[in-house]
Amino acid sequence: MLNSVFLLVLVLAALMAASFVFARRKAKATVVAAGEGAGLIFHSQPGYYGWLAGIVSGLAALMALVAGANLSLNPWMTLTLMMVVGLAGSYFAASRVSAEFRARTYVEFFIKTLLVTCSLIAVFTTVGIILSLVFESFRFFQEVSFLDFLTGLQWSPQTAMRSDQVGQSGAFGAIPVFTGTFLIMAIAIVVAAPIGLLIAIYLSEYAEKRTRKIVKPVIEILAGVPTVVYGFFALMTVGPAIRALAETMGFSVPTQSAITAGLVMGIMIIPFVSSLSDDVINAVPQSMRDGSYALGATKSETMTKVVFAGALPGIIGALLLAVSRAIGETMIVVLAAGRAANLTGNPFEAVTTVTVQIVALLTGDQEFDSAKTLAAFALGLMLFIITLVLNFIALIIVRRYRARYE
Amino acid sequence: MPENNSIHASEYALKRLNKRHMRERRFKMAGLGAIFVAVFALIWLMSSILGSGYKAFYTHSMTMDIELTESLLDPQKLREPDKLRKGNFRLIIQNSLYARFPDVTDRKARRELFDIVSSSGAPNLIRQMVYQNPDLVGQTLTIKVPTSDHVDQLLKGNIDRNVKEERRKVSDRQIAWVDELIASGEIKAGFNTCFFFCADSQDAELAGIMGAFIGSLMTLFITALIAIPIGIGAAIWLDEFAPRNKLVDFIEININNLAAVPSIIFGVLGLAIFINFFGMPRSAPIVGGLVLGLRALPTVIIATRATLMAVPQSIRDGALSVGASHIQAVFHHKLPQAGPGILTGSIIAMAQALGETAPLLMVGMVAYLTEIPDGVTDPATVLPVQIFIWAGNAERAWIEKTSAAIILLLLVLFLINGFAIWLRNKLEKRW
Repeated sequence: MLNSVFLLVLVLAALMAASFVFARRKAKATVVAAGEGAGLIFHSQPGYYGWLAGIVSGLAALMALVAGANLSLNPWMTLTLMMVVGLAGSYFAASRVSAEFRARTYVEFFIKTLLVTCSLIAVFTTVGIILSLVFESFRFFQEVSFLDFLTGLQWSPQTAMRSDQVGQSGAFGAIPVFTGTFLIMAIAIVVAAPIGLLIAIYLSEYAEKRTRKIVKPVIEILAGVPTVVYGFFALMTVGPAIRALAETMGFSVPTQSAITAGLVMGIMIIPFVSSLSDDVINAVPQSMRDGSYALGATKSETMTKVVFAGALPGIIGALLLAVSRAIGETMIVVLAAGRAANLTGNPFEAVTTVTVQIVALLTGDQEFDSAKTLAAFALGLMLFIITLVLNFIALIIVRRYRARYE
Repeated sequence: MPENNSIHASEYALKRLNKRHMRERRFKMAGLGAIFVAVFALIWLMSSILGSGYKAFYTHSMTMDIELTESLLDPQKLREPDKLRKGNFRLIIQNSLYARFPDVTDRKARRELFDIVSSSGAPNLIRQMVYQNPDLVGQTLTIKVPTSDHVDQLLKGNIDRNVKEERRKVSDRQIAWVDELIASGEIKAGFNTCFFFCADSQDAELAGIMGAFIGSLMTLFITALIAIPIGIGAAIWLDEFAPRNKLVDFIEININNLAAVPSIIFGVLGLAIFINFFGMPRSAPIVGGLVLGLRALPTVIIATRATLMAVPQSIRDGALSVGASHIQAVFHHKLPQAGPGILTGSIIAMAQALGETAPLLMVGMVAYLTEIPDGVTDPATVLPVQIFIWAGNAERAWIEKTSAAIILLLLVLFLINGFAIWLRNKLEKRW
């Protein structure tokens, strides 16, 4: 299959290149034949006639390919059809070469169309995400009521093998899953927000240029570490360390716990918070700082009472983005938080999150009509909506905030 | 300080000033402390992974005299590779071990003796040799075979010899034999080539990252093919040709939002659209690449737009003023100026894609595969997913492997990002 695709691309490229060369030569020959100075009355440069022929032949050949596939012709027939139609297209384009023919306009129209298509693909991706989530969630909510999903206190998506099995009825109450998600997110924010903010403040107000030049990239390294690495770190190093620490203090904590996942996730989003707050703090005009200093305030007073107050909306926006990041984070919680849905607010217990459940329900073999797999799409939809709303609010806040100082 | 009676020098005022200065110092210390915490976290992360991972780069192998007994492997003397392949090579290895330790006769002891070498690795190695060269049958070879992961772990000092025998993965007898073999130089440490050039395996001593590495390359190739051209095209349109209206505002907001959508959602999209709707193969790099391509698309668009915006308008205006068309002004003049920045942005986006795990779990690239994939439609896995799969094994040997794979992944990411930064410093123009 791969070879045939490769062959098709090769044929198409060869066809287009040949058309380009053919039409450009023809255009050049026409100019020469028209005599001295004729180049000036030609609407387009010879190259554009070539480009046009290449595009026309390529599009014609692609249409032939689609037709061939729909009529289920055999591959060689399709290939021949492509060649014939493509060459016809290129001959047609080349036959139009004349001083009045606006080849460049057509080529540029084609390029613009291509650029618009590129932008639309980003939109189609969103549409695709929404459609697939909504469609499958709709099927899920036909089996499980929406209210039960939103307000149910028990989550055990295993559907019964036998009808008389006890406790295996498949409960889809999402509250425990969401409490777990928010618990871990809260721990992560409690870790990342003060540390990230203080780093941003120190680097922008206190640090010398040299210190900043060293520390900033080092903090950035934390942002570049793949999340699966953080997950492994949480599982193998931080989890056992917390357990050992708890044991010396006389109580027991499982290796997989909300605190482990939250702590490591907090470390992960430190650079995110610090770089966003850095931008925000730097956007506060210097005149506000100068005014504060002029009144005799110290640096820390200026920072906490003037700059921080001025930057507050921006900082809240940055923190909302961090929250959305923490809620959507997957690998750390998959490895370090656990799979059992506990309805608890205790950070020293194992909890589960939306993303963990999506992974648990959608990896491995699955059939696409059981409530169990469809539940993953419902969770996905909730996740998408929550992060979307958070991002949206954050973007609006940040934009308004910027406008205030510009 | 000179004595005076002004209120600014009263005892109370000085005390207050002192307090304020104390607070100032505390605040500064808190900032330093925050940096210290972040740097400490980084060092802790790196050292814990380096500390457990470096040992996977070497391994122990045992040099054995192996008699390829004709009566066992090829009694009919046909020397047909396909028949030879089915021979009992386990027995061959066992025989040569028994010959090395003739006084071991007890059944249980003999089983323990065989456990010194890799139980599937050693026979398979010889099987492959005989398959490729049937004339070896009947000869006695001196070759190196991998030891079992327990022996390897024992020799790396990860198994405590002082623990009671029944709580240890290796028995006292095995320890004695291994010590003897070490003393005689039959077991030696060496560079772990298999870790680099083997595919995944159920046996820790035979598992390598080659399969995942090739899978990563293929996936990234598809990702680049999707994200870079489409991303650059979209950025050019938005920057230069898009009219200012509600629809375009919507597209821009949409792209910004897409960049912040959790990556696992893209995996769900891939599963629902590419696999279920279009019927593309599960676990294949083509689907993984498509998903990561869409994931990286907003990143590439945003990076490209930022560079395009940094190019001064005068360049475009100059081109327009001498009669270039809008397209010509952009493609012939503006785009080349932005080239280095776009390249850097694209490389960084690809580095991010290389570290993605969650969306690939959704499209099934998490399968256990012992073969190196041949094409983009073959089942494959990628480096981060391989790390995830290995991270599920709690045994010491696997932790070592996982850490080593992480070291390699981080190294690759470091090199890619470093290259991008170097490129930016070298080529970027400041206006």
